[in-house]
Amino acid sequence: MTTLRAGWVITQRDLAHWVRQPWAPIFGLLFSIMLLLVFGFLFGGAISVPGGGDYISFLLPGMLALSMMFGVEATATAMANDARKGITDRFRSMPIGSASVALGRVGADMANSAVELLVLILGGLLIGWRISSDPASAALAVLLLLLLRFAVLWIGIFLGLTFRGEGATMAVQVLVWPIGFLSTAIVSAETMPGWLGAIAAWNPLSATASATRQLFGNPTGITEGPLVDGAVWLAVGWPLLLTAVFVPLSARAYRRLRN
Amino acid sequence: MLTNHTLTADGLRKRYGDVHALDGFDLSVPPGVIHGLLGPNGAGKTTAVMALATLIDVDGGSASVAGFDVRTQAHQVRRRIGLVGQHAAVDEILGGRQNLVMFGRLYGLNSADARVRADQLLDAFGLTDAATRAVSTYSGGMRRRLDIAAGLILTPAVLFLDEPTTGLDPRGRNEVWAAVRRIADRGTTVLLTTQYLDEADQLAARISVMNHGRIIASGTPDALKRQVGGDRVSVTVPLREPLASIAQRMSAAVGAPPAIDADTRTITFEVGTGVVAIAEIVRALDELGVTPEDLMLRRPTLDEVFLTLTDKEVAR
Repeated sequence: MTTLRAGWVITQRDLAHWVRQPWAPIFGLLFSIMLLLVFGFLFGGAISVPGGGDYISFLLPGMLALSMMFGVEATATAMANDARKGITDRFRSMPIGSASVALGRVGADMANSAVELLVLILGGLLIGWRISSDPASAALAVLLLLLLRFAVLWIGIFLGLTFRGEGATMAVQVLVWPIGFLSTAIVSAETMPGWLGAIAAWNPLSATASATRQLFGNPTGITEGPLVDGAVWLAVGWPLLLTAVFVPLSARAYRRLRN
Repeated sequence: MLTNHTLTADGLRKRYGDVHALDGFDLSVPPGVIHGLLGPNGAGKTTAVMALATLIDVDGGSASVAGFDVRTQAHQVRRRIGLVGQHAAVDEILGGRQNLVMFGRLYGLNSADARVRADQLLDAFGLTDAATRAVSTYSGGMRRRLDIAAGLILTPAVLFLDEPTTGLDPRGRNEVWAAVRRIADRGTTVLLTTQYLDEADQLAARISVMNHGRIIASGTPDALKRQVGGDRVSVTVPLREPLASIAQRMSAAVGAPPAIDADTRTITFEVGTGVVAIAEIVRALDELGVTPEDLMLRRPTLDEVFLTLTDKEVAR
């Protein structure tokens, strides 16, 4: 209980940052919207979706999944900054549960990402994307997106606690791009060379992107492979697996601060 | 309580690779005093503070704070300490009051109590006017004071201050010194690490000198200074004057051997009481008809304290 309460206090600290410096989250949102416009209109005309369908309808769920995955960078940076500036040490010298610091991060980043999802969904509706399924499926799609965010949050906490230098933060910022592009988030894996397409299809990001497309009733760009029937299950399984791996790794990294 | 000391460490050991950061670190500090932990960079001061403040696991030895074991009763220790580390560990985006309210709530106060406590501390540290401003706009001294205030929310039994004035200008340093004195006056034990003998001298009732992970000397500032000899008097002689004979004449006057630096034309004596020696030297110079370019009285520097103590350690 005290751990949860302390976690909430630390979450509120981040929420107070939004009020103090609204430009930081707003620039993050503008960046996501810019990506959506660049791919939707600049490159979109040249991209065809296997199995048919309009590219904007294909792209938007992919962009939602991509923005959840990119959240790893914000999480890792925030954790590393607090560790570097001694704020994590101050928290550790206080009579609060050892999970409080991570829980505070989870609360703040999930709130941030929920707002980001909402803005991107509204933005998508403005440029012609439509949900062509029932509300329950659409709600499940949003939950799967947040589940992916939750999973990469723990990757970010682990990376932020383990690699505290500024160089490591830069590495994460660069590495999310190839991982993001080597998926079905922006283009269908079926347009890639066979081996590359196979890797992309097994990217956890692809599972969430494809499952979200199916649940929103959007074109999936998939005509064969494990994602045809299994996307939703994979979109549940991958994040749970990542969480199961990175929660203990994060806990270990936090304990190793004591070394 | 098992002991009448607020802070004890007994043979603490901590190794990082080949470096023995703590190598049999012993310390005992009675309640309500400021204890200075003096040593150069890399002596292990920060590691000692981190171990006593329950932030790192040690490889051996034991320590207690306010009667609780730092290894087995870390949670009880954390309720009774404040830690002010080398970085001003406050949130730069938030205001001063927001920081203190947040830390207060983390120490278990409810929102109303946390606000009351925050306002008391802002007032005590002269930050009321800046309470709502973002901490990023604070001066170094203000930031440090906020940092220290955050360590005092529960009025801790022990406050750890790790090099609290490093990087501050003289005004900021004086502000922090005044704050530290007030804290000790109210009964909190302060363990202060510093690289500056001057700072330990100004603030601490007792000083422990640390090197290579252990304490090599302990005592009151005066006792330590006596151990390394007294004040230093330096005389800089004009270019045309004969350095050696002047040195000899002054040496006879003060009764101490001269240390001559021919490049800067400076003669230095280690003397008991500086003001007495200065009078002797001025008289001697007067008799010789020499007008010095510079005449300086100073305390032993940390380098000198340190070199003397480590020489003794080697000789033992």
